[in-house]
Amino acid sequence: MSEVTVERWLKRAFWAAGIVFVAIGVVGWYDRLRFGHLDAAYGSIVPWGLWVAAYIFFIGLSAGSFLISSLVYVFGVKRFEPIGRIALFQALITLTLALLAIWVDLGHMGRAFNVYRYPNFSSPMAWMIWLYSAYFALLATELWFLLRRDLAAGAQGSGGRARLYRVLALGTKDTSFEAAEKDRKVVKVLATIGIPIAIMFHGGVGALFGVVSARPGWNSGLFPILFLLSALVSGGALLMLVAAIFQGGYRRNGDTIVALGRLVAGLLVLDVIFQISEYLIASYGEVPGHVEGLKLMFSGPYWWVFWGWQLALGTIIPLVILFSRRGRQPLWAAAAGGLIALGFIGVRLNIVIPALATEEIEGLTTAIVSSRISTDYFPSLMEWLVVVGIAGLGLLLFGLGESLLPVDRAAEQAGPADTAEVDHVRV
Amino acid sequence: MSAFTNTATADTPGVAVSLRSRRGRVRPGADGPSMDRRQFVDRLAAMGATGLAAVLASGGVGGAVLGATRPAAAEAVTTGQKYRYGMVIDTRRCVGCKACMAACKTENVTPPGVSYTVVVEEHNEQAFDRPLFMTKPCFHCSNPPCTKVCPVSATFKREQDGIVVVDYDRCIGCRYCITACPYGARYFDFGEHYPATEPGQALAELPSPEYGQYRVRREGASPVGNVRKCTFCMHLQDAEGRYSKEEGRWPACAKTCTGHAIHFGDLNDPDSEVSILLRERQAVRLKEELGTEPNVFYLL
Repeated sequence: MSEVTVERWLKRAFWAAGIVFVAIGVVGWYDRLRFGHLDAAYGSIVPWGLWVAAYIFFIGLSAGSFLISSLVYVFGVKRFEPIGRIALFQALITLTLALLAIWVDLGHMGRAFNVYRYPNFSSPMAWMIWLYSAYFALLATELWFLLRRDLAAGAQGSGGRARLYRVLALGTKDTSFEAAEKDRKVVKVLATIGIPIAIMFHGGVGALFGVVSARPGWNSGLFPILFLLSALVSGGALLMLVAAIFQGGYRRNGDTIVALGRLVAGLLVLDVIFQISEYLIASYGEVPGHVEGLKLMFSGPYWWVFWGWQLALGTIIPLVILFSRRGRQPLWAAAAGGLIALGFIGVRLNIVIPALATEEIEGLTTAIVSSRISTDYFPSLMEWLVVVGIAGLGLLLFGLGESLLPVDRAAEQAGPADTAEVDHVRV
Repeated sequence: MSAFTNTATADTPGVAVSLRSRRGRVRPGADGPSMDRRQFVDRLAAMGATGLAAVLASGGVGGAVLGATRPAAAEAVTTGQKYRYGMVIDTRRCVGCKACMAACKTENVTPPGVSYTVVVEEHNEQAFDRPLFMTKPCFHCSNPPCTKVCPVSATFKREQDGIVVVDYDRCIGCRYCITACPYGARYFDFGEHYPATEPGQALAELPSPEYGQYRVRREGASPVGNVRKCTFCMHLQDAEGRYSKEEGRWPACAKTCTGHAIHFGDLNDPDSEVSILLRERQAVRLKEELGTEPNVFYLL
């Protein structure tokens, strides 16, 4: 297979997956909107399931890719410059998906706005919502300033794309070097403000679990930090795969993918050390409520999520690839990135579910005969379809944005600060 | 909505304010001070500004507006009495008949999968010569972890009697409180029915007296999609927040208990049955180490 066909094949697979996922996801969404939570498999013992796991998966991807884009726009890391824009765009899309996943999980979706009308600031969830509202606005603004000049330039032509750009440029027409410089400074300020916000909100998602003293499996000071680390790993890993398919693909972004692979592999090792520390301390303590969740994860009915999905597929195989000679080949590195990102779905499931799937009071699940009062939880078909639909929507949104918006210009022309670019504009 | 009223403290007798006036913004501008009103008033009183404090405590202009919007709130509790309702459950008297579970279901008209009280059994032959039964309602903790985590303050502990309630119209159904409760006392209403309460059946129209709101369950409407919990059958209180065993206005589980194992009453009243039992017998509470300070005690 020649290299051109590999790339074309990857893109086709991407679009096909997006369309198929959305098509079957519609069934799940119909069921959810028509029948509420009736066809969901969670209950009152395991009240959070696949959707919450999907939520922290997507929100982690978002925080991670944003922080990596900040390496470019705050710290000026040239190595990652070609993927700076796409990283920011990825952060915006995955944030949207995260919000969708948690929105569908609400008992009353129509009341989501209550978190703004009646916020309770002793609730980590309220904080999280306020912080990621700020983060959403910041992401959108930063992306706009990043693309503004290209939008303004593209708006000058005729045709559909120019019309779209005219709308998106919000009336700005200035394509001068000075204006671009000003944009660049605004981007730097926004990206700088974004770093503490991203750390606070994603640390806050960790804290949302960490503060629950009723669930020993969550109640750890390590949680916010673990969340931040795993956000960087998963966001970076997905970015490797994205850079291999888009923006000229793996042949043009080869060096960037390999460099990102080193960063991700290092962070993943750190993440694994943190997790081992968490497991060892808990196991040694032998506090029944705490160990029960771990036992469930290691040897319960869904042991394969940990050993197969999270550990083998999502950690060991990609680490072996990245640390071997193959890690220097962009396509292999990108595949490893894809595996890590996919493996993190397992990580997220194992964060949410085993800690909940224990009886808080012995005998609780046998006192009532109801499928809702059970420690056994496996997501229902409807739950899977809803998540597949959300993921498919993400693929389509990302693909459309990538092909329509000037996010792919970055690779061709580098940033506005690039001297070659400046000459071009002045001519 | 009279269920969600809030008495003033003992030092401001005869004054009732809506709980929402202190907590949040039901209607912007109608709130009075947006900081913790009671703390503010107390601080003023401590500073000697009692006159001003009295005006503020009575609600001032904001209070008048609230009084107009919530007439029931103003007249509900007039004594200024503070209760601390709790239970003392004698495990030696419990025979595990589960009448409390049935009575609770009948009283509160709860759907499948929602049981405000459950009877758990423990068969530990080394520790006991007979099975241990334990009925377990909500403990209405003095320091409830569930209310703290609610992102919209939909669940809260009532000032006047310590009962932990859920505002069905505000609750968004995120179920964070279920994860935070260490005692498994909260249940999500998935909208399921018993065969006899399926839509179209006569029993489907039976309203639940909870919170005095008499809601009939309808697809997609509260309490479906909300988190639900034991309220100590709060709807049986009189206008002054009192229960009466003689008149039958008593939590259904305690009223029906065949072995007289469930004792209910005001823990603030030293002469109440529960207070006497706590003085005379050795009581334990569950998971004390979490600092939740449950108001339900067990006699072993």
